Amino acid sequence: MSDNKPSQNNVMNIKTGLAEMLKGGVIMDVVTAEQAKVAENAGAVAVMALERVPSDIRKAGGVARMSPPEIIEEVMNAVSIPVMAKCRIGHFAEAQILQEIGVDYIDESEVLTPADEEYHINKHDFKVPFVCGAKNLGEALRRIGEGAALMRTKGEPGTGNIVEAVRHMRRINAEIKRVQNIDESELMTIARDMGAPYELLKIVRKEGRLPVPNFAAGGIATPADAAICMQLGAETVFVGSGIFKSDNPDKFAKAIVKATAHYDDPAIVLEASKELDGVAMRGTEISEIDEPMLMANRGW
Amino acid sequence: MQSQAKPIIGVLALQGAVEAHKLHIEACGAEFKPVKTAKDFEYIDAFIIPGGESTTMLKLIERFNLWDILKDQFSKKPVWGICAGSILLAKTVLNPEQESFNILPITIKRNGYGRQLDSHYAKIDGYEVSFIRAPIISEIDESVKILASHKSTPVWVKYSDIMATTFHPELTMKYPSPMHRAFIDLI
Repeated sequence: MSDNKPSQNNVMNIKTGLAEMLKGGVIMDVVTAEQAKVAENAGAVAVMALERVPSDIRKAGGVARMSPPEIIEEVMNAVSIPVMAKCRIGHFAEAQILQEIGVDYIDESEVLTPADEEYHINKHDFKVPFVCGAKNLGEALRRIGEGAALMRTKGEPGTGNIVEAVRHMRRINAEIKRVQNIDESELMTIARDMGAPYELLKIVRKEGRLPVPNFAAGGIATPADAAICMQLGAETVFVGSGIFKSDNPDKFAKAIVKATAHYDDPAIVLEASKELDGVAMRGTEISEIDEPMLMANRGW
Repeated sequence: MQSQAKPIIGVLALQGAVEAHKLHIEACGAEFKPVKTAKDFEYIDAFIIPGGESTTMLKLIERFNLWDILKDQFSKKPVWGICAGSILLAKTVLNPEQESFNILPITIKRNGYGRQLDSHYAKIDGYEVSFIRAPIISEIDESVKILASHKSTPVWVKYSDIMATTFHPELTMKYPSPMHRAFIDLI
């Protein structure tokens, strides 16, 4: 344990350090070892091992839980890139199991049915790093306060609809700008209104960004979706249903990786968009979703 | 001494921990430039291949046809491979076997210490650094100079003007790191 604590405060947390290594990449949801290999071969920086992708979780209904350990271990054995896995919001016992399996990152995720409607996991208790979703700055800083080493937008998973991820990305950007521009004497009131830890808000004000990397997730289905998220300031993208629910997972995976690496060069994003060889997942309009199935509203 | 212009350090920015180098490079009096395409390569004085995922970088180098161009650049300019970057430079890669530029006569084993749970800090040359899912150099040609070792294997090596570290000095916020200083001194 002493090995995992820096002796001085000037070394970045080893948990956030792994997120730094994933920057500029694509993290893909996979449900089998074969899919994990397709993802790795396409250039994914990491995979998320699941029992079902979010769009199938929506269809199946019922309670969505942590994946069976066998599926996660099968994926870990199949690839050399980092493997992440999801636990339910607040379900620290599922997180303990994932740490025991030895996954590289735990996603305390709104895609699964929450286990606790009041408390998220105290992520400082774990040696494995956590990623969490947020819709706004206050929520992001609450999760970081609990020990999350990486943030992502919630978006609306399993919809193939980018609108919520864009909304969350823009909202967090706008709130960061606002915090930078206010008078310092107003900061405590803002912290109260946002429900954000004051000390973390001070860091945001000084640095002009979240204290941990910020990725995008929820509804990304095409190379252009990846490019808009990256241009809005996401440092990496998570693609859930968008790859293995498309017509041609291999081509979609490769094209989204290519577009993410050159997100700021429309000529290359165009090239990637012509290499799909099939249509994207069908997608869902957010207003067609029943209230309890709006995943972004899970957690606080 | 030919010119007073600042040396430009190009950090290969296809994927990985790129921005973290900026303040280290600037603290050495050099200019930081993320580079992705062949036209960016011409104007830089030295290359850093950053930490990240070596498989992802390999795929992108192939897909964007950068293999020969980079190999040519590495033969002319100093290059420093960090973690994933050191894997790309090695002669032989294990766990699993994969392609590489084969310009540094070492054998390197990916994820040599294990997974993220085995990531750790260490002091190298009096400077605190991070080993993140780091590789281990398992064999080394005698022509390669070992600059530092950790847990009885070499972790910082130099061969002509090629440098490699299996750890990350760029994640330490005390600028510049001795490794950045040593690398920029190679120019």
